[in-house]
Amino acid sequence: MTDLATQPLLQAIEISKRFGELLANDAVSLDLMPHEIHALLGENGAGKSTLVKIIYGLIQPGSGELRWQGDKVELAGPAQARALGIGMMFQHFSLFENLTVAENVALGLPAGEPLARISARLAEVSRAYGLPLEPRREVWRLSVGERQRIEIVRALMQSPRLLILDEPTAVLTPGEADQLFVVLRRLRQEGCALLYISHKLEEVKQLCDTATVLRAGRKVATCDPRRESAASLARMMVGADVGPVRAAAARHAGLPRLVIKDLTLAPDDPHGTRLKSVALEVRGGEIVGIAGVAGNGQDELFAALSGERTAPESGNLVIDGEAVGLASITERRRRGAAFVPDERLGHATAPRMTLSENTLLTGHAGGMVRRGFIDRSATLAAIDRITAGFDVRKGTRDPEAMSLSGGNLQKFVVGREILREPGVLVVSQPTWGVDAGATAAIRQALIDLAGRGSAVLVISQDLDELLEIADRIAVIFHGTLSAPLDHAAATRERLGLLMGGSSADALVPTEAGHALGA
Amino acid sequence: MHLVLERRAERSVQVALASPLIAIALTLATMAALFWLLGKNPLVALGVYFVDPLTDAYTLQEIAVKATPLVMIAVGLSVCYIANVWNIGAEGQFIIGAVAGSWLAVRTQGADAGAWVLPAMLALGALGGALYAMIPAICRVRFGASEILVSLMLVYVADLLMDFLVRGPWRDPHGLNFPTTAEFDPVATVPVLVEGSRLHAGAILALMVVLSGAVLLGRTLKGFEIRLVGAAPKAAAFAGFDGRRLTLFCFALSGALAGLAGIIEVAGPIGHLQPGISPGYGFTAIIVAFLGRLNPLGVLIAGLFLALTVIGGEGAQIALKVPLDLTKVFQGILLFYVLACDSLIVHRIRLVATPRKPAHGHA
Repeated sequence: MTDLATQPLLQAIEISKRFGELLANDAVSLDLMPHEIHALLGENGAGKSTLVKIIYGLIQPGSGELRWQGDKVELAGPAQARALGIGMMFQHFSLFENLTVAENVALGLPAGEPLARISARLAEVSRAYGLPLEPRREVWRLSVGERQRIEIVRALMQSPRLLILDEPTAVLTPGEADQLFVVLRRLRQEGCALLYISHKLEEVKQLCDTATVLRAGRKVATCDPRRESAASLARMMVGADVGPVRAAAARHAGLPRLVIKDLTLAPDDPHGTRLKSVALEVRGGEIVGIAGVAGNGQDELFAALSGERTAPESGNLVIDGEAVGLASITERRRRGAAFVPDERLGHATAPRMTLSENTLLTGHAGGMVRRGFIDRSATLAAIDRITAGFDVRKGTRDPEAMSLSGGNLQKFVVGREILREPGVLVVSQPTWGVDAGATAAIRQALIDLAGRGSAVLVISQDLDELLEIADRIAVIFHGTLSAPLDHAAATRERLGLLMGGSSADALVPTEAGHALGA
Repeated sequence: MHLVLERRAERSVQVALASPLIAIALTLATMAALFWLLGKNPLVALGVYFVDPLTDAYTLQEIAVKATPLVMIAVGLSVCYIANVWNIGAEGQFIIGAVAGSWLAVRTQGADAGAWVLPAMLALGALGGALYAMIPAICRVRFGASEILVSLMLVYVADLLMDFLVRGPWRDPHGLNFPTTAEFDPVATVPVLVEGSRLHAGAILALMVVLSGAVLLGRTLKGFEIRLVGAAPKAAAFAGFDGRRLTLFCFALSGALAGLAGIIEVAGPIGHLQPGISPGYGFTAIIVAFLGRLNPLGVLIAGLFLALTVIGGEGAQIALKVPLDLTKVFQGILLFYVLACDSLIVHRIRLVATPRKPAHGHA
């Protein structure tokens, strides 16, 4: 063994991987050092996931090699990677809701260890790192932050020497993210190497020692993120300047176009969230944001607004002066409302159907059907308009939805609704997992739509997004919606506390007094 | 080394077209082996099965006669299966359709009622099949019962009900105690197309059903709804389509078509109601639907092919002295291969090296 501090723990050398026509990784090299948090940056489709999966043994490289402490290794699978000391925390939790914390952890460990010992070790690790977890609790009772804690503890229990984290803060409140950073810094201090994937550049600047930037499968830079600006990092990722979103000219709020009144709704599945007396007004010309950590009632609220679930009373929901609480989604669309759910494939679109058919999916209420027959020229004309208006890139004129990249499909889904010129638009997670270029285009389109007098409601877990485009922001927590804060009053700190369940009154008693009096 | 089944990135169009043909080829190979084991010359046997029926005008017409109910039922079943609705009880709906239509034939027996009788019987047959299919559909939608089991069980109920009727209230008084109704009047009989053969006007109706099915699925909003509910139920709800109402629709449509096929069979080639009016048309139609790729035009071809095996099986029984059950074995093997080949449309088989045991000593 040579000097441990200067020898890379893991080296990826000239890794290439091809999927059909797509060269996902093109001779990418990467050194991961102990005592280092290494950021992996890049837009969607840049090849980050492929590289990480190769390092974790999930897929085999086409060419190139991995070296562990200087020795060449071939990882046939994740079990072998774990045996070396490589741990991974996935972006999407792989937890069974009906099992307890300890049982879920046991599933990720080699078989044979009795559950009681796992529980004991789990309690020990969670105490040592300040990550409180009750081993006997069922997962469905836990918040998203607690669930992520399980993933971390599960990874820590295998005493990893290299820990890979895939967008760990995507679903956390700012406070929860800070707690996570404490743990990560401590791991670094203990000599662990960390590979950290994130889209949040400020976070990377704050936490990481080194950053590798991928673009279109190739490594374009390795840098010290602390010495870069968020803008310069973004430029490396995109390969061009990303302009800031410009506000629409002279936007002024008009009459209320979308009104939610005292909406209480029981969840339709046992793990769902009950909506409690939700009330909100969105006026024409304004964008209202709903912040909150995932799983606090956003899905239920979206379903109630869209009409996928009807409200208890007609008056619970008013669109342009008409009570539509009991109306179907098609009737709500006919009244000028449009909806964009957060799940692109399977909810907003049928993955295996063509774009023209997916246009019909929300457009059949108006103009695309004549006496029950599909007007194919109208659906094709619609996708041409969406393609032109929103720069949707695709191989053929009318491909299957699932053949588009995430960002292009999201532009299609948002464009499909915006081109109908809705009076009311409800959109959930408009830029989730979308690259910087598409994100800017989508946010601009929302602002422009509000500028033309529509009421826009944006449900998002991305606070930066809401702070950038929303005029007012409310926070949903455990199915209760806070009163909206004006843009000026909506600081990250206040929103973060509301997202964690503290009431605004407790935080700022004097201002809350004003609000009550107003 | 071991084999893995992995998902293809894109659905393979070539395999989608070739899949039924590969399945048929594999079935023929298996059948040849079976014949060989039974001590028959496989080539001669397959010739009797698949070539001889095509060389004779009478058997060609018989193929069309057998294909008529198969195709009619299978178009309805295709609509169901595309929508992810599993109607397995077309056999029962076929029988109830036959019973419902026969009721009018029995009631008007000898009354010289007029030309309205046959159309009314067809309407009653379709209605009866549709209503009978509503039982599993409502159980599904209202109580969450498995439509597969309920629709399948109701086949036996229908069979016994018909048995009761022809042995009891509807039995032909001059029928020498045979369990059958009297021969239907000419006004209650489906006219033949070619004098002296059994090819009847129902064949034309079956062709119309195929065309209507193709238009419904390919060109209409309802067809889009059917495909969307089957392919992506959450997206279908987002589109504003009610999956439960569609379940009722699919069952009603497929039940009506099965019932129509039933009354046509009874009022056509058979001429009266009796036990055993169906040699399992409702079940064979399931194979027809899948072999035809759940596409009405494909169903037409598949229906003719399956009818060929039925006629060929009858011929083989006489010429080769093999049991008629061999035809059922054949159909079973065919369905097996069709479903197996279908999985290759979205999956592919790959040979991979067996992973070595994780290296020890590093940790």
